Order: sequence, then structure tokens, then C-alpha cells
Amino acid sequence: MQPATAASATAGNRVQMPRIALAGNPNTGKTSLFNRLTGANARVGNYPGVTVEREIGKWNLGSRTVEVMDVPGAYSLAARSAEEQVAIRSVFGLDPGEPRPALVVVVIDATQLVRNLYFAMQLIEARVPVVLALNLIDVARAQGSPPDRQRVEDILGVPVVAVSAATGEGLEPLARAVERVLVRPDEGRSVATWRYPRALEKDVDRLAALVAAWSPEEAKALGRWALLSVDVEDELVDIPEVVRKEVTNVRRQAEAAGRDIDAELIGTRYSWLDAQDFGIRGTADTGFTEAVDRFLLHPLWGGLTFLLTMGVLFQALFSWSDPAISAIEATFAWLATHVHNALPDGVVNDFLVQGVINGAGSVVVFLPQIMLLFFLLGFLEDSGYMARVAFLVDRLMKSLGLHGRAFVPMLSGYACAVPAIMATRTLERQRDRVLTMMVVPLMSCSARLPVYTLIISALFPPNTKFFGFIPAPAFMMVFMYVFSTTMALTAAAVLGRTMLKGPKVPLLLELPPYRVPRLATVVRQMWMRAKTFLTEAGTTILACTVVLWALLAFPRHPLLSHDYNADRAAISASTDPTSDASELAADHRAALDAVDAAETAEKLQKSYGGQLGHLVEPLIRPLGFDWKIGVGLVGAFAAREVFVSTMGVVYGIGADQDEQSVPLRERIRGEKRDDGTPVYTPLVGLSLMIFFALSAQCMSTLAVVRRESRSWKWPAFLFAYMTVLAWCFSFVVYQGGKALGF
Amino acid sequence: MTLASVPLRTPVTIAAISGDRPFRRRLMELGFLPGVTVQVLGIAPFGDPLDIEIRGCRYSLRNAEATCVTVNPIPASADLAAK
Repeated sequence: MQPATAASATAGNRVQMPRIALAGNPNTGKTSLFNRLTGANARVGNYPGVTVEREIGKWNLGSRTVEVMDVPGAYSLAARSAEEQVAIRSVFGLDPGEPRPALVVVVIDATQLVRNLYFAMQLIEARVPVVLALNLIDVARAQGSPPDRQRVEDILGVPVVAVSAATGEGLEPLARAVERVLVRPDEGRSVATWRYPRALEKDVDRLAALVAAWSPEEAKALGRWALLSVDVEDELVDIPEVVRKEVTNVRRQAEAAGRDIDAELIGTRYSWLDAQDFGIRGTADTGFTEAVDRFLLHPLWGGLTFLLTMGVLFQALFSWSDPAISAIEATFAWLATHVHNALPDGVVNDFLVQGVINGAGSVVVFLPQIMLLFFLLGFLEDSGYMARVAFLVDRLMKSLGLHGRAFVPMLSGYACAVPAIMATRTLERQRDRVLTMMVVPLMSCSARLPVYTLIISALFPPNTKFFGFIPAPAFMMVFMYVFSTTMALTAAAVLGRTMLKGPKVPLLLELPPYRVPRLATVVRQMWMRAKTFLTEAGTTILACTVVLWALLAFPRHPLLSHDYNADRAAISASTDPTSDASELAADHRAALDAVDAAETAEKLQKSYGGQLGHLVEPLIRPLGFDWKIGVGLVGAFAAREVFVSTMGVVYGIGADQDEQSVPLRERIRGEKRDDGTPVYTPLVGLSLMIFFALSAQCMSTLAVVRRESRSWKWPAFLFAYMTVLAWCFSFVVYQGGKALGF
Repeated sequence: MTLASVPLRTPVTIAAISGDRPFRRRLMELGFLPGVTVQVLGIAPFGDPLDIEIRGCRYSLRNAEATCVTVNPIPASADLAAK
């Protein structure tokens, strides 16, 4: 070894602390235990190669500190996809560059011992050092049938500690057990006493001979894993071709001999477990959960509770987040004004105010909705109600090619696609997550509302009626929501059956017992989400805002059509200083403001963004849009509602326009083409609203899709398909409407 | 008889499990094995999925998949003995 390498290896050893893995079934309180052990110092990362998030924290055992890695909950190490493979890869340390865990703490739900021990058996038979944490022991006692810790330990031959992440019981003994096994790993190993059929053992040996492993037992364990997991249709990664071939051979031969390898493997483990006496006396009293479910899954009461819960969730996102959003906007506006006034005019000032501060504001403004959604999601998830929501709406979602758990992200999409896309991580499978991400942006989010309001109020006056009795504005608004919902559902059904066609893996959803959520866990998860949004998606959004600002602000000094300074001078000169000061001063100021607005408008029109508007005009003309609308569409990329203020600037009436402002509305009604015909007819308005409903005019959405899918491919696809969809629908509406004489 | 056609709240025992391999394997890994007692506790609105109880755990299983689980009725005497 080179001396330099030796030195760095030594240095590396000094800083490297042992890693332990925390693994087990879902719904075992594993995350709560992780939070208890590591406190607030976890770092969020990703498992290599997949979009599965992982947390690594530090646990102070007293004598030393170890690194704890939270392994995603699984019912078995057996896998059929790269995502499910994470469990075995991380506990065996199979990923290159990742340390092998010194031991695995298997979190066991003491109320569902046998199924949880099925998972633990797979580690025990591989001779991986383990410590079993019998979590939820307090709940098991309350239900009247706790397992006997000593018996479990005697039967399995590995350390077993009774703990409760909720009360903190047993954490000290757990630390001691981990310390002991760290020093003497053999204390965490046991000689498995379950015996597989002889023929199966021979099959396993054939595979064990092909895999690299730390011990003969581990090679056998990997062999069993391969026999159970490898399949012609699996989506596993890094399985050597020789192993694949041998599994196929072995399975074919077994089948010919009338054997069922899956049943032999799984059956052996469960038969052994079922034959043991873990000291559980009597049957568990699950009356509470059953009583609650009699109400919450009741066709009428359950349905009403569901609607009420979803109503509250939606109301929270849509309305309750509003004061916080306004406060954030006001704070950033205040900051922008002060910075603007403190610095000399010029490009640095504009960059800081309109680029950086504005950009930071457009990131932070998402936090209220993100935090509210994840706070509520945490409660729904940890209480066990989320599984019931999925159960109740599964039939509905199945027809869209999705399953029940996609409902909440879809619903949240009506408020804002950004938190909704982040919520897709409650879905287990990558394919379901991506499909949901691809359709959520079609839901009519709250940022589209100002655009609809402006166009409807300008082009469909309150007294107009369709067919003589339907009020046009209300009809149009309802129509837009129905339209976007229909489109989102159709897109889900189409994409789910074509390019995102999922493998036929029916989802088995557990309906866990109801439990009181821990506030600390919920809040911690919420902070974690907020933090990753700010640091990862936030930076992309900020960068995009700066680019967009530059597009609309450069070139700084375009050749203007005439001398606005001369206009200003003329206005100043025309003022007679001897006349009635106040009245004239007001006129004077109004005249100057008009000149300013006209100059800003022309500068915007001649900016790169404005030129882009001209450039895309041939593309959007068939939709009924002129180049000024094109500039608005460019501006709207920052956020859809920015369309309103951008149109204010384009039309030379200032940026401080909102969807209710009369001058902008009148300007839209009065805007003429070169040939004198109005630019905006109700048909153009409808075409424009349809375009907004369908296009991916939102860089924040794209940034979050990129963060959550961990690739540029999906945001690129999202942008492309939504833009094409928007163009086609607007084209059909506008050209069709024109042909029909509207 | 399959799990999809069992009357509500009537314990039955599993006879065999068919269906696609990954699905069958997953069911078995949750302890759905021949001889084990299982019952349907409820049905979601619109008739799908089912709320199933086995080994003290509950799962939501769609009708299409429940038909892959063949079950045997528990003889009345055994049922009484179990209680």
C-alpha cells in the first residue's frame, strides 16, 4: 500500500464511527424510535441509485457515539424492485462506498410479534449481529397479551429489549445491548434452529456457491434471498447473470419435481414461528381499533368523516395558509423597498431587489402550505387514518391506474402543486409517485385563480347570461375547475396505461391499529420536509427567478422609440408655478407617471423576454394570442399569477395591478389589433384560460418534480407534454370557435 | 370458495393461494399460508377493496386479488371449539 493511502485510511478510521441500521416492518414506530435515539441531528440523503430517502443520525450510547441509519420499513428482505432492494443492500452493506452496519437493531411491533419476527429471522439466519427492540410494549401490555421478552430472547438466541418509543421505556437497556454486541458481535448472532427441507437446502447451496459473502451462512441467506426474489419480470439491479441463470434453472427443476420453492421457504419460517411459545397469553384486545373502524369505515358516517377530514385539509391549504403567505409577501416587499431605497439606482439594485429578494420571497412563500400539509399528513399517517382514506377511495383511484394513497396529493393539487408533489413521497412505488407528479400540475391550483378572475371579469361581464339564464362568470369559473379535473383524471388514466404502465403488483395495504400520533415526530418530519425544500428545490427556484428577471430586464438601454426624458421635461416646463398648486401637482404627477409607465412598457417590450414574446407570436397566433400575451406567458413562468402584473406592465399601466383592478380590465377590453379588431374576444379569453389550465407555466413545480424524481427527465417530460396539450386544446377551442362563428 | 365470496365476519381457513408470483409471495410473507384462519371484516364503498383480518393484522385487499385465495369453511364444531 502507498504510504499516502495508508495515512488517509488511518485518518478515515479515526473519524469513522460504527454504523448501525434500524430496520423492521412498516408501522412499528421505527421512525419514532429513530427520533428518540438521534434527537434533532439527522441528515437526510438518498440511498444510492434510487429515489428512496434515508436519514442518518448520531446516537450517543454513553461510552461512544454510533451512526444510526433508518432503513425503509419492509415486511421482508425479499424484493422485486430496486426500491425494495434497498432493505437488503443497506443491512448487508452491499452498496459500494457504504460501510457495512456493525449490527442491525430490528424494531419489532410487540403487538404483531410473529409477522415482525419473520423479518428478523432473515437477518438471524444470515448471522448478521442483531438486537431486537420489542417496541410498543406498552400498547401490547394495555391490550392484555404482551410477549414474554425473556422467552423471545431464549428462543431466538439474540438480545431482546422491551422498549417504547412513545414513553421512552427501555432506551437505556437498548443502548447497553447495542454496546455489548458492538464489542462482541457474536452475542448478536444465533444459530438458527429452523430447518428447511433437504431438497431446498441443496438448491440454496448451488446459489450460495455463486455469491460473495462474509460467511457461509450469509452466502446461504443471499442464496435464499435470490431464490425468493429473482424472477423473469423483476426490476432488481446488480444481480449477476450467473445468479439469474442458476435461479431460473433451480426453479425450473423444482417445478418439474412438483415442488413450490416460495411455499417451502416462507412456509418453513412461519411453521417454525407458529410452533414457538413466546409467552403470549390470551388474545389481544383490539376492541378500540375495531370500534373506531365501525364508525370510520361505515358507509355513511365514515364517508361523512372522510369528506370532513379532506375538507379541513383542503381548507387549511387553501385558506388557513393565507395569513402566513401574506405576511411573508409583506415582509419581502418591505425588504425590497428598503434595499431599493438604500442603494443607488442601477443594475445592482435591480438585481438584488427584483432578482434575489423577489426570488427568495417566491421560495419562502411556499413554506406555509408545505408545512401545513406535512403537519396534517403526519397526523393522518401516524394515527393510522391515512390507510383508511386509501381504503375508502381505492376503488375510485383504481380506475385512474393509481391506488388510494394518491388521493391526498391529488386533492392538495387544487391548492398548490408544489406541496402536493412533495406529498407523493407517501406513495411506496416510484412508478406511482411519478404518475401522480405528472398529473397533479393539471389540477387547477390557487395561482390560476387570479388569471381566471381577471379574464372572466374583463370578458364575461356579470350581467351576461348563457342561454338567457346561466350567469356567465360563475359558469366559466365552475367550467374551468371541472375541465382541469377532467383533464387531470384523463391524463392519469392515459399515462398510467401507456408510458407509465406499471408492473402488475397488487398493493397490499396494511390497516394498522389506531394510535395517538407523537407531536414531536410529526413536527420533526415537517421541519425536515421544509428544510429539504428550501435547500434543494429552493435553490433551483431562486436561480430560475434570477434568469427570468434578467430576461425581462436586459438589455438595460434598448433603443427607445422616442425620448421619454424630453416628455418629462415638457410636462415639467408646462406647469405654471403660479397656479393652484395642489390640483396641478396631482395632474402633473399623473402625467409623469403615465410617461414612466410607457417607458417601462417599451423597455419590457424590447427586453429579451419581450423579444421572446415576438419570437413565439407565430406559434401562439393560431391560439388567438398576440405577442403581448406572449410576454405575459413568459413572465407567468415565475408563477402563474405574475401574468396579471406582467400584463399591467406590458400595457403601460404599471406593475401594481391585481385581478380586481379596473384599469387593467378596461385595457383588456379596449385592446385592439393593428386592423382595429379587438384582441380579446370571449373566445380568446376561453382559449387563454384553457392554455393556463393545461400548460406547465410554473418553474417551482418543475423544480420540485426534479427534486422529488431525482432526474431532469421527468420535469422535461412534464413541461413538454403539458405545453403540447395546452397548445392543442387552445388551438381546437379557438379555431373551432371561430369556425362556428364566435 | 374464494376469499372474495366469503360472507362478512365469517372465519375461514386458507386452502391455497394462486396468482402472479410476486403477489403470491408477498401474501405468503405476510402469513397467508394454508391452514391459517382469515376473515373479511368489511367492504369499502363501491364494493372494493376488502378489509381482511389475519393473525391479528388487518389488510386492504382488492376483490380481484382476493379471488386468488381459495378458502375452506371451518366446520361448525371446530368453530365452537375455537371460541
